[in-house]
Amino acid sequence: MERRDPLRWMRENLFNSWYNSLLTLLMAWIIFTIVRSALPWMIGTARWDVITANMQILLVGVYPRTEVWRIWLACISLLVLAVVSIIYFSRPRSGKRWTPWLLGAWFLSFPWIMFLLWGGLSTEWLPRVETSSWGGLTLTLVLAMVGIACSFPIAVLLALGRRSSLSVISVVCTVLIEVVRGTPLVAVLFMAHLMVPIFLPDFRIDKVVRAMIGLTIFTGAYMAENVRGGLQSVPKGQYEAARALGMNGTLTMLLVILPQALRAVIPSMVGQFISLFKDTSLVAIIGLLDLLGIAKGITANPAWLGLHAEVYLFVAVVYWIFCFALSRASRRVERMLGLADSPS
Amino acid sequence: MNPTPLPQHTPARAPSKPTPWWQHETVVRVAVQALFLAVVLLIVGYFYRNMMRSLSQLGLGINFRFMMLEAGFGISEGIAYELTDSYARAFWVGIVNTLKVVSIGILIASGIGLLMGLARLSSNWLVRSVAQLYVEIFRNVPLLLQLFFWYTAVILKLPPVRQAINLYDRFFLSQRGLYGPRLLAGEGFAVWRWFLIAGIIGAALIYVVRRRQLRRLDRPGFPSLWALGGFVAITAVGLLVADSTFVVELPVLERFNFAGGLALTPEFTSLLIGLAVYTGAFIAEVVRGGIQAVEKGQREAATALGLRPAQVTYLVIIPQALRSIIPPLTNQYLNLAKNSSLAVAIGYPELFNIGTTTMNQTGQTIPVFLIIVASYLTLSLLTSLFMNWWNKKIRLVDR
Repeated sequence: MERRDPLRWMRENLFNSWYNSLLTLLMAWIIFTIVRSALPWMIGTARWDVITANMQILLVGVYPRTEVWRIWLACISLLVLAVVSIIYFSRPRSGKRWTPWLLGAWFLSFPWIMFLLWGGLSTEWLPRVETSSWGGLTLTLVLAMVGIACSFPIAVLLALGRRSSLSVISVVCTVLIEVVRGTPLVAVLFMAHLMVPIFLPDFRIDKVVRAMIGLTIFTGAYMAENVRGGLQSVPKGQYEAARALGMNGTLTMLLVILPQALRAVIPSMVGQFISLFKDTSLVAIIGLLDLLGIAKGITANPAWLGLHAEVYLFVAVVYWIFCFALSRASRRVERMLGLADSPS
Repeated sequence: MNPTPLPQHTPARAPSKPTPWWQHETVVRVAVQALFLAVVLLIVGYFYRNMMRSLSQLGLGINFRFMMLEAGFGISEGIAYELTDSYARAFWVGIVNTLKVVSIGILIASGIGLLMGLARLSSNWLVRSVAQLYVEIFRNVPLLLQLFFWYTAVILKLPPVRQAINLYDRFFLSQRGLYGPRLLAGEGFAVWRWFLIAGIIGAALIYVVRRRQLRRLDRPGFPSLWALGGFVAITAVGLLVADSTFVVELPVLERFNFAGGLALTPEFTSLLIGLAVYTGAFIAEVVRGGIQAVEKGQREAATALGLRPAQVTYLVIIPQALRSIIPPLTNQYLNLAKNSSLAVAIGYPELFNIGTTTMNQTGQTIPVFLIIVASYLTLSLLTSLFMNWWNKKIRLVDR
């Protein structure tokens, strides 16, 4: 085939006009200069031993060394669930009757992981590990998961409230959503950090839990708008059909509208999860030791002075891998849902 | 599955049985709303009572009187400010600094985004790939991490002032930030000012006349380009007539630092680079999506009507692409404005940074938060009002 001819390919894709040829040469020169200065640093000057020496603290923080197996077990259970789901959903749609079980397993995975990490059964077996000693990548992942899981019901309620025909409910929900969305996340986190103890003085609420509250409120407001979009995408005929069948408002919502709306919302929810995953790094500002907080701590350690570039690049690669993989997965889910939609 | 349940309450609508008053729709609606309001007020009241109790234990009340007190902390950059100025003045400095970084950041991010978005649609494979690499890298790494990187691993690692990187004797890059030339009004500026005013009036006249002319001839064209040309011509003549309208002030290396010229601090520079590069990656995707959303047939139809390729792009593709670009673009601008608060992590004295310092000094957490939230809400509201106005203006093209 002529397609395989590299010369022809280059002529068509790199040198198809005079300005494209110029651009190609310019780009090639820029790339060459960057690589020439970056490569010797990457394999020579850079002290990557700062990463290997601090690997454990970057991954799990100061979680007790004897209990780290619990984090591994949590990771493995998530991995198994993910692999099973991918295999199951990529099969042709012959029998979908396991779908509810799989969804249920995903919902249960959240309390299961929390139980594993937190523990507290007895002092010998699964002793309590307080949230204050959670850290590193583990804390980043936990914050993101808690944020998305806890904000979901809030988001649904807020979205329904905003669309309500009862003006008082609608106004209260709208104001709540818009105020939170207009405020920077750092401010919301600071507010949770400083004001939760003022508002709830009777409870001793840990720093990590306060960050979770802040992230949940923030994500809830954003996701409420996604859910509202999903609700708007359900055609009016669905309401009328449900009414014609004699369903009341609550039943219509629960059995007809919400299932359709939420399915339409899944792709934007994955997008929300990705941005939440990145946003969890802001807890480093209020002094939590998440992945970025630990990285910042390492660069301040006198033993590893001046190695900002190495540490931050490594952490950036870790964040990048997660976000990139998730965005690819979301594209896949979107395509799958598109397929599932077509026959109906 | 069970057979579909049939509606069982059909006879309930018979006129013989009037609905009791508590089931009337109006009554139910009012009752539900009253109940909801009562619950909300109960929760708010509970929080309020707790708050008052905690505050009285701390010996604090809620008021804004502290705003008039002497702030007493230093602010590293911004408009005129003294240690003896009030907290209110400090907040104002912070707001101006926020506006500064947000407005310049929006300009640069839009430029980067437009360039990269177009590059992603290029027919040149290398250009396309580089743009995609840029978008995928910077979109998928947290902004705070990027800010730390720019600040501690790039800007602060630059050579010290004495060995500043010298770019053509005009720009100097060092740990102390970026120093460059600054334009100052010279002796001839007073004369040139009249040419500037004449240029603006002339441009407006040309715009109106040319637009009317084009409309009468019913032909496409760019009256704004004509107006710009007129403005440039008139002001250029002014530059020739008046002597030394502008003086270029170059930074001069003194004992410890550069003096004079345009100075960008390391904090401002890193924040600006971070915000612009991060938001630019998102804007690039918005631009690409907007252009791709214009149907292929539009280009073909415009070509068939005899429009030249440049006219096709500017008169047919871009106006339609803009319509789907502006709403998500607004969101990106709002995100940039809110993300500027991350400056607190690298020490650029913007609104949020000043707010946290004030909180630490006075302990007035709640009033300070109210001010911060109100300021950001106002900023968001103004931005979206402007963008909505622009959006509406562009929609009119649609007919």
